[in-house]
Amino acid sequence: MSNLQLISESVQKGRAKETVSYVSEAIKEGTSASDILNNGLLDGMSKLGIKFKNNEVYVPDVLVAARALTKGLEELKPLMISEDIKPIGKVVLGTVKGDLHDIGKNLVKMMLIGNGFEVIDLGVDVSAESFVNAVKKNEPDIVALSALLTTTMSQQGEIVKALTANGLREKVKVMVGGAPVTQAFCDEIGADAYAADAATSAEIAKIFAIHK
Amino acid sequence: MRTFNKTTYDSLEDFVYSKAKNPVILKNGMVIGGGMLYPEINFTLPTMTINKETMPQILEIYKEIATGICQRAHELYVPGFVAEIETLPPMTFNPQWGIDVCRTVADVLNEYSTKYGFMASLRITPNDIREGNDLEHMWHGSHWDSMLKTFEGCARNGADMLAIESVGGKEVHDEAVMFCDISKSIFALSVLGCKDMSKLWTEIVKVADSTGTIASGDTACGFANTAMVLADRNYIPKSFAAVVRVVSAIRSLIAIECGAKGPHKDCGYEGVYVKAISGIPISMEGKSSACAHLSPVGNVASCLADLWSNESIQHIKLLGGMAPTVCFEQLAYDCRLMNEASSKGNDKALFLRDCLADSDSIHDPQAYVLRPDVVLNISKQMIKEETYYDRAKRGALVTVNILRKAYDDKSLKLDDKELEWIDRIYDEIEDMPKTEQELTELMIPQCEKLSPEKYDLV
Repeated sequence: MSNLQLISESVQKGRAKETVSYVSEAIKEGTSASDILNNGLLDGMSKLGIKFKNNEVYVPDVLVAARALTKGLEELKPLMISEDIKPIGKVVLGTVKGDLHDIGKNLVKMMLIGNGFEVIDLGVDVSAESFVNAVKKNEPDIVALSALLTTTMSQQGEIVKALTANGLREKVKVMVGGAPVTQAFCDEIGADAYAADAATSAEIAKIFAIHK
Repeated sequence: MRTFNKTTYDSLEDFVYSKAKNPVILKNGMVIGGGMLYPEINFTLPTMTINKETMPQILEIYKEIATGICQRAHELYVPGFVAEIETLPPMTFNPQWGIDVCRTVADVLNEYSTKYGFMASLRITPNDIREGNDLEHMWHGSHWDSMLKTFEGCARNGADMLAIESVGGKEVHDEAVMFCDISKSIFALSVLGCKDMSKLWTEIVKVADSTGTIASGDTACGFANTAMVLADRNYIPKSFAAVVRVVSAIRSLIAIECGAKGPHKDCGYEGVYVKAISGIPISMEGKSSACAHLSPVGNVASCLADLWSNESIQHIKLLGGMAPTVCFEQLAYDCRLMNEASSKGNDKALFLRDCLADSDSIHDPQAYVLRPDVVLNISKQMIKEETYYDRAKRGALVTVNILRKAYDDKSLKLDDKELEWIDRIYDEIEDMPKTEQELTELMIPQCEKLSPEKYDLV
């Protein structure tokens, strides 16, 4: 089995120490950062993602794999910088103001990282102003908004308005999600996409990243 | 403080819906757990923002909801019901808003119950706002003060019963659920959760005693229902959610130890364990809560209910009327049927109870652990232990063993993935530290989101 396959396997099994060790070996062997990233680390997450989608594994399995991936990325980072390898996209993510729910947001975060995105997680109860500031500072490709209450989902619309008012709306794609949110609501507030679940959010984000 | 070391129920013959060993009598004469099953209707606002400007409109909406329910109660000859208001976060952060909502609904219930002669009672459930980075401490500071102010204000403005879905330990439990980490789950529920329940419910009982209201109960919604929702989406094993459900009973029971009398709140299916141990009446929800979430326990949840609830429904228009009114009608008919069975004799009620249990319990471990026979069995074993931590560990181990045996007996369907996780959970519990102190020392460094000082742990 090649080192890249070993990296992929170790990520799928969530074995962080092994992942770091195989990444280190691959670097020593002169494998490119791009190869290690795409055909090792992200390949492992992608294969596990398919198993998750087919109900063959649970979220905890994906989470420990994401931890292994993160450790592998830390090991790979210096080489990625020297070869100018960038993540496939950058996402600013948060649960809107007045809403403290974070499990759904964290699942989305995990799926995005597993698909090669850099994620700036603003946490919960995040104001429109904080989203605007984060977009100015980080220049993401995507802003992802989570809301779980019927009384907080309207904040997603406020954030879209705030981005527009600050001249940032055209620079980012806005994705919305959460139990009470619908495609119709997404259209109504002028967001770009509604994601029904974490896996779908990553798929949509990838489409946005490819077409940016 | 009351303590329990054995179940209140010995026999399955007494353990049935609408009858509790320690019924609750409300001011209007309504007896909950006294042989009549009543509906408990819960409702929430449609999509809208809550602020000072929208509050007048919000009060009108609550008035409209309560009026619709009262009219339907009259049309369907409902002898009595409970309405529950769960305040939304801004209504606890701004206690006067929650109090105004409570007063508005109470006034409608009073007006129509006088006019039509039915009994209508109000349960208020202030939203627990003790989360987020700006929380100073679990038991003092502005969040704590606002919650207690909401309780007291509502108790003086029409509420009959006080309840909460408290969140002590939730920040740790959220992560435990995501990783299916049973040690962390038990730490969150039996250490952090129990510590918080003791402090919180001592205060709520004081408010109830000083205002002539009933301290009713506290559900582990943010813990066990979160696990249930994730399990229903196939994110985590259903067996893990079932174990969490059982363990959560240990923390919910503390409200009763502190002086709460019931009815235990809906949306915490662990209420059946609280009833088995303490004998208080409980509210339950099942198929009636399909308006709020998928439920794998639609029928079995009603086996031991003393109030039959719908979880929550938005005030939106349906063909049959506004959604809370429609939902109330469904609850009323469920109660009517179950009361009819009871009126024909205890054997008929038990027959119906067992049909309700058998129809669900084979399909899902979460339903299996709500079977009255299983509830009584696990409760008896859990409550023998002295400490909350030991009760939680014992409850978890017994549950895992019962699920495995049920699978072997072909009385519960589990796939290979579930079986693998049952073994993993069992092994992890076996490896847990012997004492709460050891567990706490082990867990604190592992819980990134826990601020130990907010629980006086350091």
